[in-house]
Parts: sequence; C-alpha cells; structure tokens
Amino acid sequence: MTGPGIPWYLAVAAVLFSTGVTGVLLRRSPLIVLLSLELMLNGANLALVGFSRLWGELDGQVFALAVMAVAAAEVCVGLGLIVAMSRRKLELDVDSFTELRG
Amino acid sequence: MGELLTWVVWMIAATACVVTGVRVVIATSPFSSALSLIGNLASLAVLYLLASGEFVAAAQVLVYAGAVMVMFLFVIAYLGGHADAPFAAHRVAQLSAVVAALAVLAVTLVAVLLDAGGHLSDERDVTRSFGSPAEIGRLFLTDHLLAFEITSIVLLVAAVGGVVLGTRARAEDEADAASDRAEAPA
Repeated sequence: MTGPGIPWYLAVAAVLFSTGVTGVLLRRSPLIVLLSLELMLNGANLALVGFSRLWGELDGQVFALAVMAVAAAEVCVGLGLIVAMSRRKLELDVDSFTELRG
Repeated sequence: MGELLTWVVWMIAATACVVTGVRVVIATSPFSSALSLIGNLASLAVLYLLASGEFVAAAQVLVYAGAVMVMFLFVIAYLGGHADAPFAAHRVAQLSAVVAALAVLAVTLVAVLLDAGGHLSDERDVTRSFGSPAEIGRLFLTDHLLAFEITSIVLLVAAVGGVVLGTRARAEDEADAASDRAEAPA
C-alpha cells in the first residue's frame, strides 16, 4: 500500500470523532448537534474503511455503507423533529427540552 | 514518485478534513457549519479513495454530500435566523465538553500510536477489484443480504416518520390558526 499506513487513518478518525463529541456536548442548536453527530459517524466510517483495508476484507466497507444509510434515516427523523419544533414556536435550544411532553 | 504524491494528497485531504471538522463545531451560523460539513465529507471521500474504498467514496459524495446535505441546507434556509444558537450556557458545561472530547481523543490516539501491539502496520495485499462496486454488490447480495434488507426497512420507517412529523405539525398549525380566527371577533 503506497502512502500513509492505517494508523494515520485511525488518528484522523479519532480526531474527527472527538471533534464531533465536542460539538454535541458544546452546542445548543439542535441543527449543529445533528451536524456534529454526522462528524462522529464519519469518524467511525473512516476507521471502518481503514480497518477494512488493513485486513483486506470488504466487510468493513459494507458496514460503512450501512452506517451511511442509518445516518440518512437519522437525519430524516431529526430534521423532521426540528421542523416540528419550530412550527410549534418552541425555542430551538437543546438545553430547554427537559421533559418529553413539555 | 507515486509514494510521495500519495503522501501529499493524503496530507492535504487529512488537513482539510480536520480543519473543516473543527469549523463545523465552532462556526456561529448553521449555514457555514453545514457548508463546512460538505467540505469535510468531500475530503473524507479522498481518504476513502486512498484506502481503496472506491465505491464508498462515490456513495459518500452522492448520498451524503449530495442528498443528505441538501436536506440540511433546505431546513436551515426554512428556519432562517431561528436556527442560530450560541454555545452551551455554563462555563462548566463547556469545560467538561472539551475535557470529555480530549479524553476520547487521548485514549484512541494512545491505542493507535502504540500500534495496537504491532497489529496495525502490516496491511494485507489486495487485488485491484478491492472496493469496487461489483465486489461490494456481491457481498450485499450474499453474505450481508439480511443487513441490506433491514437497511431498506430502516429507511422506509424513517421516511414515514418524517412525513408523520411534518403532517402532524401542519395539522396543529392549522388548528392554531383556526382557533385564532374564532377568537378574533370576540
């Protein structure tokens, strides 16, 4: 394999994942929280593709594709929730949602 | 020559990936946050290509940077200025967020840099068809058929859920408007 070895990929994946963790914990807008979640999923995906290359097995890439589909489903429901929240004139702030039926 | 070029491309893609990733978190407007995520996804696709994940890279650009992010941008445009929100309220919350993220980073980086007991440095040789659509399609229709079918059901349920959330919100909207009109003359 030419170029950087698998540890380099895993290091980038770790940086991406922890950036996403910071975003999820730090930001209050549910939109940015969703975007940071995507960052975390992509960090995991990069690790999956890297490991797939390490072992020479394609199962990791298949799993990465499944993760992409789940991420698309999650975005669909998440954005639906955010739109419903804004239609009910609720403040878009994850800290203000402390009850399921508020 | 090929080796050096691969390193250069990899470094550019990885740097772009990390920089845009940080920008997603620190940008104040959700619009530039989403645009940074698109750049992040594109540079990740380059990394996938360098790790022989051709089909995953193509799917990443088409599905993620194309479809999913367009949906995001639509919703951000729909919400307008509503979507803006500052960082977490309390200093303590901000500090603990950064500490938690650094802890995750430290644990993974230590594991990676110690080379996981020497298991990470010897990649297997792969054929040229590794990561091609044909190979992935074969796996999806043989070994991972159940996962493939379950994924389609998950997507269907999510689509129905999105529609239900949207219509219920609209029904409540119209009920509110009707009650407003009823109250107005009195």
